[in-house]
Amino acid sequence: MKLSKLSALAASTALCAPAVFAEEMANELTLVSWGGAYQASQIKAYVEPYLAMHPEVKVVWDESSAEATAKMRAMTEAGNVTWDLVDAVASDAMRMCDEGLIEELDHDAVLAAAPDGTPASEDFGELLVSDCFVPQIVYSTTFGYRTDLVGDNPPDNICAIFDLETYPGKRALQKRPIDNMEWALYCDGVAKDEIYDVLSTPEGVEQALAKLDTIKDQVVWWTAGAETPQLLADGEVVMGSTFNGRLFSAIAEQNQPIGMLWDMQSFDLDGWVVPAGLPADRKARVMDFLKFATDTQRLADQAKYISYGPARKSSAPLVGQHAELGIDMAPHMPTDPANAGNVHVYDYEWWADNRDDLDAKFQAWLAK
Amino acid sequence: MSINTVEPQTPGFVAAVSAAAGAFFGLFVGTAQGSGLLGIVIGAVLLGTMGFVFAGMAEREKALRWIIFAVFLVAGFALGGLSVALVGGLFGWFAGWFIFWLATSRYRAPLAPYLTPGQVLWHYTFRVIAGAIFVFLITPILVVMPLSFNAQDFFTFTPEMLRFDPAGYSLKHYEDFFNNPDWQQALWNSLKIAPMATLLSVGFGTLAAIGLSQPHVPFRRAIMAILISPMIVPLIISAAGMYFFYSRIGLQGTYFGVVLAHAALGIPFVIITVTATLVGFDRSLTRAAANMGAGPVTTFFRVQMPLILPGVISGGLFAFITSFDEVVVVLFVGSAGQKTLPWQMFTGLREQISPTILAVATILVVISIMLLTTVEMLRRRSERLRGMSPS
Repeated sequence: MKLSKLSALAASTALCAPAVFAEEMANELTLVSWGGAYQASQIKAYVEPYLAMHPEVKVVWDESSAEATAKMRAMTEAGNVTWDLVDAVASDAMRMCDEGLIEELDHDAVLAAAPDGTPASEDFGELLVSDCFVPQIVYSTTFGYRTDLVGDNPPDNICAIFDLETYPGKRALQKRPIDNMEWALYCDGVAKDEIYDVLSTPEGVEQALAKLDTIKDQVVWWTAGAETPQLLADGEVVMGSTFNGRLFSAIAEQNQPIGMLWDMQSFDLDGWVVPAGLPADRKARVMDFLKFATDTQRLADQAKYISYGPARKSSAPLVGQHAELGIDMAPHMPTDPANAGNVHVYDYEWWADNRDDLDAKFQAWLAK
Repeated sequence: MSINTVEPQTPGFVAAVSAAAGAFFGLFVGTAQGSGLLGIVIGAVLLGTMGFVFAGMAEREKALRWIIFAVFLVAGFALGGLSVALVGGLFGWFAGWFIFWLATSRYRAPLAPYLTPGQVLWHYTFRVIAGAIFVFLITPILVVMPLSFNAQDFFTFTPEMLRFDPAGYSLKHYEDFFNNPDWQQALWNSLKIAPMATLLSVGFGTLAAIGLSQPHVPFRRAIMAILISPMIVPLIISAAGMYFFYSRIGLQGTYFGVVLAHAALGIPFVIITVTATLVGFDRSLTRAAANMGAGPVTTFFRVQMPLILPGVISGGLFAFITSFDEVVVVLFVGSAGQKTLPWQMFTGLREQISPTILAVATILVVISIMLLTTVEMLRRRSERLRGMSPS
C-alpha cells in the first residue's frame, strides 16, 4: 500500500517534469506585425491554433512592423525590449541583424523539418537571406488597374504606367525609390539584367528620375499598403502599385472592378525575427511558437487567407482553396507560373548599399 | 413717404447679385466635376439670367418659385438620379427664394434704415463668410457619418449609397467595432486610462492652481511656466523624453506609466481654467470661514471648491479629452497592452483603411456632443440656481 503510494508519487513527479519545464515559458507573447488582412491571416493560420493548444498563453499584437527597425533601436538603447517576435521584411531584417538588434538563429535546430524529413535550411532554400531571418511568405509589389477606366485595352505591360496617352489619369506609386527606379529604367529601354549596373552610375539615376519626371504630376504617392486599393476603389487613380495580397482582397473579397497587372512584379520576402537578449522564459516561449508557426502545414494554411506564397518548398503542394470564398488560391499567387512570366528580381544587397544615397536623391527630386 | 422705403430693385442689380451667388455655388459644383472655372461661369450666367428675367415679375412670386424648384428638381433627376435631384431641388428652392428676396428688397427690411449700401453689403458678406467657415469646419465631421454606414470596406460613396438604395448601407462596421476584440480592448484601455489620468490631473492641477494663486509663494511664475510646459513643448519631444525616462525607472509599457504621462499632459489645462476662476474668487470668504472656526480643509471643500467648481469641471473635461484623444505619447510610453482607441484608429488608418474607424469616429462624436451638452446644461443650471444669470 505504502509502496504503491510512493510509486504513484514517483510516477506523478515524473509526469510533472515536462509540465514544470513548460512553466518556465512566459505566458505572454507580444507579436509585432502589419495589421490588416495580413495579420488576420496569421491569426487564423497559426495563432488561434497555437492558443487552442496552449490556453494559458495570452497574445498581444503590436502593429508596428512598418517602423520595426527604428523601434527596435530605441528599445535596445533604452534597455527595455517589450517585443517577443517581430514580423519584418527581408531588408529590415538584414539591417537589424547587422546592427545586432536581433538574434542569429540556427535554422535547422530551431525550425521544424519538412514532413518528409528535409531539414529546414533546405526546405527554405535560398530564401534564407539572413542568419537572423525566418521567412514566412513571398509577396510582390505589383500593379492593379481599374477595369472600367482602361476601355477595351487593358494593360499587360508595366510600361503602361508611363503611357499617359493610352491610359490617362492618375497613378499611385510607393513613395520610395525602390522598384520605381527600376521600372523607370526598364521602360526607358534598359535591359532587365543591366538595370542595377545602370542605376549604379549617377547618369543612370538621372535617367530613371527623368523617366519618372514624365509622369510626376500624375502620380499619387502612397506610404501604406491600404492606400492604393482605396484610391482604386474611389476611381481616384487609373492604376497603382501595392502588395499583391491587398489587390487580391479588393478584387476577390470586395468585388471591386480592378484587374491585376503582373508584368515586372517585384518579389520580396517577409518573415519573423527574434529580438536579441530576451529573458530565458520569454525566449523559450518565442522559440516554441516560432517552430509551430513556421512548419509546413501552418505556412500552407496561411495561403488560404491571403494570396502570398508560402516560403517553404514543401508547403507549395498543400496550398488549396480560399477558406471562405472557396476559390483556388494558386492562380492568385505571385509565384504562379502564369503570373511570374516576367518578374523583376529585386536586389537586396544592392539596395542595402545604396538605399541612403538614393533615398536622399529621390526625396530631393520629389520636392522639386 | 416713410424713411424705410421698400421699393423693388432694378433687374440689373438682381442679376448682378444673383450672378455672384451663382458663381459661388458654381465654384463648388464645378470643382467637384473637374473644372472650377467652368462651374463659376455656368453658375453666374444661369443665376444672373434668372435674376434679370424674374426681377420684374415679383407679383407672381409664389408660382414662379414653385416652377423654379420643380425645374431644378427634374433637371437634377435627369442628370444623376435621386441624390442629384435632391441637391437640384435644394438649389432650386434657394435660387427662387434668393432672387425674389433681392427683387422685392426684403433683404433691406430687418436692417436699420440709415445704413449705406456698403454697410448692407458688408452685413450680408460677413454672414456668408461666417457661414462658409462654419461649413468648412463641420463638413469633414458630417461626411464621416453617412460613410460609416457603407456596405463596402472603403471610404467611398458607392453608387448604391448615392441612389439611397438600402443595399448600399449596413451596420457591419458598427458590428465589427463591438465584436472585434482589438477594438474592444482598445476601448476598454481608453476607458481605464482616461478617467484615472483625469482624476490625477484635476487633483494636482487644482492644488497647484490654488497654491500658485497665493501671493506669498516664491517663484510663482517660474513654477507656473514649468507646469504649463507640457502644453507648449512639442508633443513628440515630451513623448521621446518620457520614453527614455520611463524605460529607466521601469514605467515604460505599464498602465501607470501611461496614466502618469497623460496626467502630466492634462495638468496645464486644469491649472489654466482653475486659475482663471480663482481670479474672480473673493479671498475674504476664506477669512470669513476661518473666522467662524472652519479649518483650511473644511474651508476648501465647503466654501472655495463649490465656487471654483465650473473651472475644475471644464479643466477636468479638457484633461479627459486630452487623454482620450492622445496618440503620440501613448505610442511611446505605452506598449501594445495599453493600446488605446486613438492608437487603434491610427494603426487602422495606416494599415487597413477600414470604415470601422468611421463608425468609431461617429460614436465618439455623438458621445462628445452628449458630454458637452450635459456639462453646458449643468453649468447653466448651477448659474441659474446661484442667480448669476438673468434668465
